[in-house]
Amino acid sequence: MRRVAIIGAGMTEFGELWDQSFRDMGIRAGFEALNDANLTSEQIDALYVGNMSAGRFIEQEHVAALIADYAGFAKNNTPSTRVEAGGASGALAIREAFMSVASGLHDIVVVGGAEKMTDISDEEVNAIQSSAADQEWETIFGATYPSLFALMAARHMHEYGTTREMLSAVAAKNHKHGSMNPKAQFRREIKPEDVSKSPMISSPLRMLDCAPISDGAAAVVMCPLDMAKKFTDRPVEILTTAMASDSLALNQRRSITEMAATKIAAKKAYNRTGLKPSDIDLAEVHDNFTITEIMAVEDLGFAPKGSGGKFTLEGKTTVGGEIPVNTSGGLKARGDPIGATGVAQIIEIVQQLRGDAGKRQVPDAKIGLTHNVGGTGSTVIIHILGVPQ
Amino acid sequence: MDVGIVSYGAYVPRYRIAPAEIGRIWGLDGAGLGRGLMVEAKSVPSPDEDVATISVEAARYALRRCRVSPQKIGAIYVGSESHPYTVKPTGTIVAEAIEATPALTVADYEFACKAGTAAIQTCMGLVKSGMIEYGLAIGSDTSQGAPGDPLEFTASAGGAAFLIGSKEIIARIDHTVSYTTDTPDFWRREGQVYPSHGGRFTGEPAYFKHIISCSKMLFERTGTKPTDFKYAVFHQPNGKFPLRVAKQLGFSDEQVKTGLLTPKIGNTYSGAVPLGLSAILDEAKPGDRIFVVSYGSGAGSDGFDITVTDAIEQYERSAAPTVKEILSNFKLLDYGTYAKFRGKILLGGE
Amino acid sequence: MTKTPRYWRENQSRYNMIGARCTNCGKMYFPARAMCIECGRKSLGKMEKFKFSGKGSVFSVTTVHEAHEQYDFLKPYTLALIELDEGGKILGQIIDCEPEEIKIGMRVKSTFRKLGEEGKSGTIYYGYKFTKE
Repeated sequence: MRRVAIIGAGMTEFGELWDQSFRDMGIRAGFEALNDANLTSEQIDALYVGNMSAGRFIEQEHVAALIADYAGFAKNNTPSTRVEAGGASGALAIREAFMSVASGLHDIVVVGGAEKMTDISDEEVNAIQSSAADQEWETIFGATYPSLFALMAARHMHEYGTTREMLSAVAAKNHKHGSMNPKAQFRREIKPEDVSKSPMISSPLRMLDCAPISDGAAAVVMCPLDMAKKFTDRPVEILTTAMASDSLALNQRRSITEMAATKIAAKKAYNRTGLKPSDIDLAEVHDNFTITEIMAVEDLGFAPKGSGGKFTLEGKTTVGGEIPVNTSGGLKARGDPIGATGVAQIIEIVQQLRGDAGKRQVPDAKIGLTHNVGGTGSTVIIHILGVPQ
Repeated sequence: MDVGIVSYGAYVPRYRIAPAEIGRIWGLDGAGLGRGLMVEAKSVPSPDEDVATISVEAARYALRRCRVSPQKIGAIYVGSESHPYTVKPTGTIVAEAIEATPALTVADYEFACKAGTAAIQTCMGLVKSGMIEYGLAIGSDTSQGAPGDPLEFTASAGGAAFLIGSKEIIARIDHTVSYTTDTPDFWRREGQVYPSHGGRFTGEPAYFKHIISCSKMLFERTGTKPTDFKYAVFHQPNGKFPLRVAKQLGFSDEQVKTGLLTPKIGNTYSGAVPLGLSAILDEAKPGDRIFVVSYGSGAGSDGFDITVTDAIEQYERSAAPTVKEILSNFKLLDYGTYAKFRGKILLGGE
Repeated sequence: MTKTPRYWRENQSRYNMIGARCTNCGKMYFPARAMCIECGRKSLGKMEKFKFSGKGSVFSVTTVHEAHEQYDFLKPYTLALIELDEGGKILGQIIDCEPEEIKIGMRVKSTFRKLGEEGKSGTIYYGYKFTKE
């Protein structure tokens, strides 16, 4: 397998982008990435698109063809593939693209993730999000997507004594990071008390424990490492991709205070690269809810089992701490246009490893990890990136 | 062949609303009206309850108390005036939910408040003729009254199920008679949400005439008088009518007391006599004789002469809650919540 | 838009909590599966119908304040993961008791309720919810 590098990245700001359609966002992110890599569309061999549910958000399927067309690839008849894995659609696109380059099938590939969530009502968005859970045995009984994570949080509090304060600390930290990210949806800081007092969504999770509804698109350009120097003097290598699945419904999991798929994917990733959790300089994890970050921090091996909350409260995951988590602001503050999130996480690591992260720069960042989740943990995809040696 | 009740089960929703609270909204002396009707509260179904769910609960309780396999049930009839669908039977939902499908006949009944007792009669006939081994007769309702109308103070929800058969009978139904005429005292046209009624016309020429005539027919058929019975249960649209008709017929308040549930839960329409009978069976002893006369507007009365058998001593009544136990767990609502639950509020997009 | 067949197909499971039992290893599943996760192909054709008692205890619980449109009438309502007595867990609403009364470990039993309806002119679908035992 060839070694693979990222040579360009681009993204729209994330937020409620009323003036931009799905196509507009896709094009903007794509072109920014191409410009960053100094490439033209003729040089691209393939396109991969991560998108969860354009069919329900904008009644448009076949979005791989759509993006290829509007981004100018269709005129070159570039092959275009759309992949879906709930919230992990972005990371899945990265993974599929990585494999196509690593295998030698393609040389230069563009990977994009995009989601347009604000063209419909909030109620419809909630219904679509819950379709990543089990429609027949969870949603039909009244489960909303947040309620399933709330069940995990309630059990985590019961088993490990995780507190309301610890959940709030995650959101407050991510807003602090987001305030330093010009592309973030929310750039104002919030206090932990604001989180604890925000309206209840599904106990114990409150409004500010939850990532927002967002529009946005993000794209990267990949090529074999030995070709990368032609396009950039700061390539970032994708050291490995690791993925694991688990039952669709929460009731079939062995434990609901961890995501087994995270632990298994992480183990694979660490084994393949010979790295340990302590070798990771920073991580972008899937904080669709504050509890998800707490569990991720444990499952990825950064904090001992059950103490992810304490770890956060002690500032260990803040920029400047032992293992900064979600320096981009995470899903909570940077925003979560579902299909774009996984790609945006990669972009944050790329920027950090290039030294381009401005006020939120992690000093001397050499190795970064991304963690993207689909459903309630039915799909987890982890990537480890590094400055090529 | 003897025929009678092999098992029974009852269910009443947990929520209540008091007459004073209804009156408060409509500028009426609710407390006074309540006293006049002898109703302290009426039962209100939760938004996730309907005649199907009430019938299923009652039927499941009935089956839990006996050893009869649901596959032996040859017929199910659900009588109600608030079936969830106008077209599509409630009975098949019950059949599926008690695993009685597919070898049985099912139909839904409608005859205002006596649809449940009509179901009992039909099951009796099918069992006695040897056409079926067991039949399930259910009377259940989630009736509505127009906002501010006197009926709103009493129209409530509840139901009971009776497994009718010829073996291991706990209460033998020795005679049944009916008195039926075409009397439009209370009705609801297709497409209307709330029923209409003839005011005072619903009293003497309707309720009283049919119950009294049916009762007289029953006394004649059985050669009995009121003192031959331990218990009596009549249809109970409010707490007062059944006491008055009982007195007119020569029954004492004591005989009617156990089966009179309306003061606590309102008028459960097709569920009223079935629930009253269930409350009686909850405490009846072998040899007790029960006089049952229902009434359905439109109009008709079904009368039954029932005698409790020795088998009731071995009957596993404790396998399901008694009426007293069910009624002991309740929660009072304010009018707003009640109106929301009963779909009386105009929602957006309608 | 009606989804009638999709609801109808699961009536047996949702009305009567009929799952499956692997006759190879004895593990119980709700909802039913055609194949045992532990035994794999050895269990094909060896799964028998198994009716759960509907009894269990609360494993985790949440009170839902923001609900899907369908369930607006019921909110706030309580959703729980119930650990069934026979093994396995199931998701369901706990009704007829105050949210504050419900604690992890509380005993519950199943009951029959309306799960929802497909609008005013569509079909009504029913299934299990749980009450305090």
